[in-house]
Amino acid sequence: MENSGVDKSRRRFLVAATSVVGAAGAGAAVIPYLSSWNPSERAKSAGAPVEVNLSKVEEGQLVRVIWRKKPVWVVNRSQEMIDNLPKNNSLLVDPESVVEQQPAYAQNATRAIQEKYLVLIGICTHLGCSPTFRPEMGPADLGADWRGGWYCPCHGSKFDLAGRVYKNVPAPTNLEVPVYSFKDENTLLVGIDENGEAA
Amino acid sequence: MNGLLNWIDARFPATKVWNEHFAQYYAPKNFNFWYFFGSLAIVVLVIQIVSGIFLTMHYKPDEMLAFQSVEYIMRDVPGGWFIRYMHSTGASAFFIVIYLHMFRALIYGSYKGPRELVWLIGMAIYLALMAEAFMGYMLPWGQMSFWGAQVIINLFNTVPLIGPELSTWIRGDYVIADATLNRLFALHVAALPLVLVGLIFVHIVALHAVGSNNPDGVDIKKHKDDKGVPLDGIPFHPYYTVKDIVGVSVFLIFFFAVVFFAPEMGGYFLEHANFEPANPLKTPEHIAPVWYFTPFYTVLRAVTLSPFAGTAAMFLAIIMLFLLPWIDKNPIRSWRYRNKAHTINILLFVVAFVILGYLGVKPVTPELKELGTQMTLVYFLFFLVLWIHSKPATAKYIMWFVGLTVAIVAMTFYRYNPEATDDAAQILWQWSLTVGYLALTLLLPGLISAFNTEKDVPERVTG
Repeated sequence: MENSGVDKSRRRFLVAATSVVGAAGAGAAVIPYLSSWNPSERAKSAGAPVEVNLSKVEEGQLVRVIWRKKPVWVVNRSQEMIDNLPKNNSLLVDPESVVEQQPAYAQNATRAIQEKYLVLIGICTHLGCSPTFRPEMGPADLGADWRGGWYCPCHGSKFDLAGRVYKNVPAPTNLEVPVYSFKDENTLLVGIDENGEAA
Repeated sequence: MNGLLNWIDARFPATKVWNEHFAQYYAPKNFNFWYFFGSLAIVVLVIQIVSGIFLTMHYKPDEMLAFQSVEYIMRDVPGGWFIRYMHSTGASAFFIVIYLHMFRALIYGSYKGPRELVWLIGMAIYLALMAEAFMGYMLPWGQMSFWGAQVIINLFNTVPLIGPELSTWIRGDYVIADATLNRLFALHVAALPLVLVGLIFVHIVALHAVGSNNPDGVDIKKHKDDKGVPLDGIPFHPYYTVKDIVGVSVFLIFFFAVVFFAPEMGGYFLEHANFEPANPLKTPEHIAPVWYFTPFYTVLRAVTLSPFAGTAAMFLAIIMLFLLPWIDKNPIRSWRYRNKAHTINILLFVVAFVILGYLGVKPVTPELKELGTQMTLVYFLFFLVLWIHSKPATAKYIMWFVGLTVAIVAMTFYRYNPEATDDAAQILWQWSLTVGYLALTLLLPGLISAFNTEKDVPERVTG
């Protein structure tokens, strides 16, 4: 074909101009599609604090409540359980709770406001399974030096009775302590702190 | 009849396409058992599409209704159990066929030039298939569906900086919820099947452009007759269509034996815990992915440096396969003509892969945990050894063996913690498995030349 009469610069301009405009348009159109995957307004609004009646939690017992669709554990620890906690320290990654996996008021030896009541988000910090409560001492499958805690059935992570993670397991950090406070002696509020600040 | 064909041919290249891809597509005449699995994969794809379409007619993608709708299909829909068992068995059959198909490429060097793109597209199909299978497994909304989704989607949580936002975006909620199920359903029944069919089409187009490899790894296009037909080639139709249809019959015998007599396959095709509805408050005592994911799952568990390192290692295990054409630079394609050390390397890779898969369905004990670590090492070392075997005549086997052994011993020493007594005992001896692998694949050809000699590749195919 005879090409001499073709205005190539005009063709180049048209290709460049339509490509740029087309790319900008396609880019803009992608935004609503991508953002449609974000949590909906309905999902966002389902997140109010949860009340727990502590008088029904017996010593050594674990109670599960749901907060923001996550399992939250409340454990009434016996004095023996509390006394055993320091003995685990050498086996743990972060015995002093340095990593911020808890509000400041729970950054202490027992990871709790009142040392008796432990409040944890019951989701493994590895990949989000809910570990199994194993409060017994030295069971056969967990070894003689086991002093109670949680064992994650998914990938074998282990946590002690303050939710602190053991060394050489997949989970990197201690279990998360949610924002919580005591409304009165027998009522725990998960999801809101003493000053009324929500998480 | 001929008149109709002529009428169509004048308007659509029906005869031309038939000839190019069947009647005049010349495939090497020495295909063996391992060449059944390409056409079988197509058969399984058709089974999955047909049974899948019929399942969507009764299934409800809603967190309140999903589990019951699957039970409804099993109990109340006439023939529903048959359709569902075909679909669930088809998922596992797909992976069995694909793994054997990939193994064929590995032993006969089918990924090497000029078939790199065929291999890359094939790996893309494998990835899409894994995504498709994962999403399909979520839909019954049983315990394993739920907790499997939890683990897999939380893998994205481990990505530095954007992790939590990314996983929330994927879930569409702060936890696995209705929004998640609904979008996985959309991807499973519409988006990914389209991607899969498109990729498979391109896979076959690319294959037919470069021509099939064969068990000798010989290029049959080098020797052609006067008409340009390869001397060692036979037309795909009727030769291989007839051969493949026998393969399909045998395959279907096994397939329907599973569908009718063992659809759960002892908990491996359909896990027992998935017969319980999803419960976000209780993780099953022992969770494991379906068998076809377990090798990569063990890699994920084995790398404990940080969660992101584990995720990265798992994805790297798959990425390494993509890179095979550029790692294995040995000009000989088929293992028939390469040195014995190469054969040992491939077989031990298969052993490591199977052990990784076995460990993935087992709970973690100190012994199995350490075995997972060592087999993960072997998995990755396979690719390095494969690269070293690229030039057997000049390879510095002894240097590599000593260097890698020192590295493994150093790593063992670094990981050794006498306080964790059970783990320490396992770490102390299991490193020898990996060093043993290196001894068989590097030391042996380095010391005994019989393990390092390559044979001459014949000009024409044998047998």
